[in-house]
Amino acid sequence: MQKLLLLGDEAIAQAGIDAGISGMYAYPGTPSTEIMQYVQASREASEKGIFSRWAANEKTAMEAALGMSYTGKRALVAMKHVGLNVAADAFINSGITGVNGGLVVVAADDPSMHSSQNEQDSRFYGKFTMIPIMEPASQQEAYEMTRYAFELSEKYEVPVMLRITTRLAHSRAGVAQSEKQEQNPLKLSRDPRQFVLLPGIARKRYKMLLDNQSKFQQEANQSGYNQYLDGKDKSLGIIACGLAYNYLAENYADGKVPYPVVKLSQYPMPKEHIEKLVKETDQVMVLEEGAPMVEEQLRGFLDDHLKIKGRMDGTLPRDGELNPNLVAIALGLEEPRENKVPALVAGRPPKLCDGCPHIDSYKAINEVLEDYGDGFVFSDIGCYTLGALPPYNAINSCVDMGASVTMAKGAADAGLHPAITVIGDSTFTHSGMTGLLDAVNDKSKVTIFILDNDTTAMTGGQASSASGRLEKICQGIGVDPQHIRVIRPLKKHHEENVKLIREELEYDGVSVIIPRRECIVVMNKRMRAKFKNKKKK
Amino acid sequence: MKKDIILAGVGGQGILSIAATIGMAAIARGLYLKQAEVHGMAQRGGDVQSNLRIADKPIASDLIPQGQADLIISVEPMESLRYLNSLSSDGWLITNTTPYINIPNYPGEVELNGEIKKVKQHIALNADQIAKDLGSKKAANIVVLGAASPFLEMPFEDLENAIKAIFKKKGEQVIDLNLQAIRAGRQFAQEKMNPA
Repeated sequence: MQKLLLLGDEAIAQAGIDAGISGMYAYPGTPSTEIMQYVQASREASEKGIFSRWAANEKTAMEAALGMSYTGKRALVAMKHVGLNVAADAFINSGITGVNGGLVVVAADDPSMHSSQNEQDSRFYGKFTMIPIMEPASQQEAYEMTRYAFELSEKYEVPVMLRITTRLAHSRAGVAQSEKQEQNPLKLSRDPRQFVLLPGIARKRYKMLLDNQSKFQQEANQSGYNQYLDGKDKSLGIIACGLAYNYLAENYADGKVPYPVVKLSQYPMPKEHIEKLVKETDQVMVLEEGAPMVEEQLRGFLDDHLKIKGRMDGTLPRDGELNPNLVAIALGLEEPRENKVPALVAGRPPKLCDGCPHIDSYKAINEVLEDYGDGFVFSDIGCYTLGALPPYNAINSCVDMGASVTMAKGAADAGLHPAITVIGDSTFTHSGMTGLLDAVNDKSKVTIFILDNDTTAMTGGQASSASGRLEKICQGIGVDPQHIRVIRPLKKHHEENVKLIREELEYDGVSVIIPRRECIVVMNKRMRAKFKNKKKK
Repeated sequence: MKKDIILAGVGGQGILSIAATIGMAAIARGLYLKQAEVHGMAQRGGDVQSNLRIADKPIASDLIPQGQADLIISVEPMESLRYLNSLSSDGWLITNTTPYINIPNYPGEVELNGEIKKVKQHIALNADQIAKDLGSKKAANIVVLGAASPFLEMPFEDLENAIKAIFKKKGEQVIDLNLQAIRAGRQFAQEKMNPA
């Protein structure tokens, strides 16, 4: 069969389509975005009627996927690691309800924080929920393990987590497909109370989940995705999780590692393989991407009987993503290298695009704040977070989706004035609306800028949930219509915008200002498409 | 056969088109390929790179180990130096000389060129100018690819075919421009290596 050249993300998406999913749910977030984008662009998916629209946030995506699973159909849901925090309530409880149709939850981690505010390791969530976790090492494995995860999910009626990291998500390689499956028929659970987590039922379901643990362990021991690869030199045994195996193999000709290796891609940790490794070798090295989760479990609290090398004893760095060189240094194969990059090479941080509407918004806000001083602007997650950098130096916080609204409220409650929020339209509908309700209920003295560029810009211009309805939403939540002000963030309107902002900052209540202008990147794309279509005619 | 290539530039300069062209030519020949890309925040005018690995045997790591890259192909001069730790001691640096200045502390031209010249094997060309002379500055990335093409150990025809396939949707004119661009870049490199 001809191979497709796919990103890790795309391999998962194609596997979902081939596994007979009836729907995919997601909120955009690097490095997970391309999974949904692939399904949306797939003609095959649309011919098969596979649902594939962006959700308002990761929690609604997770719940909708669980709802689809409730009907007996297969569903795929994807999010970045911090998105799983938002979805955690639904995710963790889905371990207890279990599933009906197969449900695979993709968590895309971002070690080294290429495009994120932290590098939390989603495997902890999988372990916490007590469900199987798959961690592929290659694009081909990403494809195969997605297919396998659906099988496993239906076999044990539990959701299965697929954990990937940036390097796999955004790297391309040839992928061979396997036989396609039809979608499941609509068929409700044989237990009508399966999803009713009243305490009495939840206790039973939880026991079922606990009983399944030994079976998950058995699966992990027998799985073809966990391999014991023997080696002659028993002075060291290596546990290589997911992608880390590649970095190990890279350091030996034809990938022939002289030490025994447990190639680990399915959790819970396969006890049989690991016991054998510990018994047969003098000491164990753990290579894992993200946090030292496997290492910590092996060490235990007292950490007093096994010789273990890894991220916790300094053999490997405690943070950041792995690479072939770090693994080579850990194995004593090479010394840290001398830096050959000339000193004149300057950092080139990302920045707001020329013509970006946020630039005009920040210029106006900055001018008004000259009268007040620094430290009043709570911001959020999106392109506008780049307002933290020079020349704007315009914001004072960026914590989690929606926090700009509620942090400003808390600061206003404490007496800070002005207390300003800067949040994008998509982030507002993701997690800002409930915070706005808090502010309205408490009549907090806050000024909330909803920077409306009519898209989810940072991740590449996905549809924004409440396109064209922001004023109505704010009104519905209870903001006084007189203090919902729409402005045009353009240089020619700068003076009037500054004046309006000054007024609203002094309003004793919740004020919403909506600077509205289309994202310049999306606009350029739209114009190019328009021009092309015109030419065709 | 193994080629480890670092592609470098600034977000939006078209390094992924270079990667796609080489990748397509490699796949057509049945080679193995891995290509790590940068998506997300850095694409907004920040430094971006792609690790492109091609071999006739399966490839383990998506990332090229330091000191093992056979080629650095850069569409921007300062960015070409950012990944020097990756370049092998007998590797080649191929770079555009037109700077993309979007930071206040961009180095001076003389110092920058001096550092590029320190790299033992390098080809530096004004790809923007060459592309402009051919009709559009937009093809500068493909001029740089052309200059790298003699080092790829691939039939040039395969690269030309890949360009035809990749730019197919954009029409004949764009295909022609990019074919001229890759040829012009290649010619520059060949003249530099074998001066008449």
